[in-house]
Amino acid sequence: MKIICLALVLFGASLLASGVGVAQAPEPAVVSDDQVNAIAKQLYCPVCENIPLDVCGTQACAQWRELIRQKLGEGQSEAEIKTYFVAQYGDRVLASPPARGLNWLVYVIPPLAILAGVYILYRALKAWKQPAPQVSQAEPVAAPSDEYVRRIEEELRKR
Amino acid sequence: MEVDIPEETQEEVAMRIRPHWGRILVWVGLLTLLGILAWGLIRARQGPVSVENQVPDFTLTTFEGENIKLSDLRGKVVVLNFWASWCKPCEEEAADLEAAWRHYQPRGDVVFLGIDYVDTEPEAKAYLEKFDITYPNGPDLGTRISQAFRIAGVPETYTIDREGVVRHRQIGPFPSLESILAAVDPLLGQ
Repeated sequence: MKIICLALVLFGASLLASGVGVAQAPEPAVVSDDQVNAIAKQLYCPVCENIPLDVCGTQACAQWRELIRQKLGEGQSEAEIKTYFVAQYGDRVLASPPARGLNWLVYVIPPLAILAGVYILYRALKAWKQPAPQVSQAEPVAAPSDEYVRRIEEELRKR
Repeated sequence: MEVDIPEETQEEVAMRIRPHWGRILVWVGLLTLLGILAWGLIRARQGPVSVENQVPDFTLTTFEGENIKLSDLRGKVVVLNFWASWCKPCEEEAADLEAAWRHYQPRGDVVFLGIDYVDTEPEAKAYLEKFDITYPNGPDLGTRISQAFRIAGVPETYTIDREGVVRHRQIGPFPSLESILAAVDPLLGQ
């Protein structure tokens, strides 16, 4: 009997030591508001347009922030969370639209407009610095070749 | 008699004749941008899908994982309700919608569909449980369905006839069960 009890105690002790017998689901990590807001400020809820998620006061946004907290607690990365939100609610939740489709215009037009502006300014400054072209002297009037005109002029001179 | 044109003048003539590709490109670009802007503005001003309009087709994946295609429901009257768990006015009509669904369910020719707009799943499921809602509901993934209907907010409900044409549009909550029945009943005899 003593041997059996000893064996049981030893078995229990070994289980405790290895953690097998008392294995529990890992508790979700504590996530701070700053961690949540770091992601939330990159997202926009379609319900309250133009207000970043980190400062939006609606219940919908509060639920979204709670969802971010939950996913961070589960160990998901920022990219994974953003991918989830895009899949659920569409591209428009992102503060920076992904560079595809017509969204490319957002990234291409501003630099192009700046380059065009610089070019126009350069041309304007160049034209401004150049001295005005000298006004050429009036060219001598060519002798009238037309016989009719010549005769009229001759008649006029006679008068 | 040959006229001797100075070399500079020839260059100027050549410059004048040559097309200004840069300018053409800039104008084409500007006009394209204006076109896109105009298209966006026109679309934004269109407003929600209105009565007498054909409904846009979509597939709803319910919270249970079932796929429901709207065009597959032709021949049935469809009540399409946009809602969200964070929407307080939605709660006002939730019980009435469920009561209406239970009223029509035995007939088999009326379908109620709930589209959960910009919501989080745990809260949405809690909402469905709270109001004991039994008709199919699913999230508006990517907000594609609400964008197709160009909804102004939630709740919004479309009553669609057997041919897929909107016959009634309720902006805001239905005030009573009778008002839901009044929107559906005229379509049952058609």
